[in-house]
Amino acid sequence: MSNGRTPLFPIFGDSPFDPAVAAGFMTKRAHAGFLGMEYRCHGDDWVELGLPWREDLVGVEETGVLASGPIITLLENATSMSVWVRNKRFRPQATLDLRIDYVRAATPHRTVIARAECYRLTRSAAFVRGLAHDGDPDDPVAHAAGVFMAMEPAA
Amino acid sequence: MSGDGVALPPYARALGIAVAGLERGAPLLRMEFAEKVEGRPGFLHGGAIGGLLEMAAFTALRSELGRRGAAATLKPVNVTVEFLRGGVPATTYALGRVTRAGRRIANVSAEAWQDDPARPIAIAWMNVLLGS
Repeated sequence: MSNGRTPLFPIFGDSPFDPAVAAGFMTKRAHAGFLGMEYRCHGDDWVELGLPWREDLVGVEETGVLASGPIITLLENATSMSVWVRNKRFRPQATLDLRIDYVRAATPHRTVIARAECYRLTRSAAFVRGLAHDGDPDDPVAHAAGVFMAMEPAA
Repeated sequence: MSGDGVALPPYARALGIAVAGLERGAPLLRMEFAEKVEGRPGFLHGGAIGGLLEMAAFTALRSELGRRGAAATLKPVNVTVEFLRGGVPATTYALGRVTRAGRRIANVSAEAWQDDPARPIAIAWMNVLLGS
């Protein structure tokens, strides 16, 4: 687990968590910004993000199949944000673990879409799961399960 | 292609992942800290760490299969990444280890560290399907 000396995300403050607003921070800068991640939609306990196919993110040059690394990042960001929508507020957290099943290779040139939900939230932990697909949610490319630890337990 | 004959895919090159040498028979990978691999300010993104670990697992497996003279296409079945420490702005190293490579499935692990190999920042476990 990550250390506790992390500063808070600077822009979220104490206001209610709005993924559409936070997406500017979660998808438009740094690693997610580099990959070209996009916010799509959200509900009370879920968030949907997209990742358009790009040539320099390919893992197998001969086939054009997207590398699995960008799918990890996509699912990590989507699951991470699902915690904050369920919690209604941002709270700093560290990824404890993340397991991803690569159900099938993503189809080249298609946008990969991840929908992730936080299905259980406690003072110290958040349990999450997610699916990634490339057009048909019933034909997923990846399945994720993970746990985030809150940096400090809620009062 | 790197000097060690290890081919890294476009994704790895885009992230700035390079082969730093050979350790315990597996390619040692290196990734410099940069804005494109950053998550929360001042720390590596978990997804970039995961991507680096998977690449280390794959290249270790390719090396092992190469030694056996066995060519195979590698398909990841699943990966579990355990995050142990935040990745700070420093060079990150990763090394894979083939626990078992059978006829159809290989079980591979990889560790990532920064200043001290004895203090890993993350560990990954992978199952990889070996195709013909």
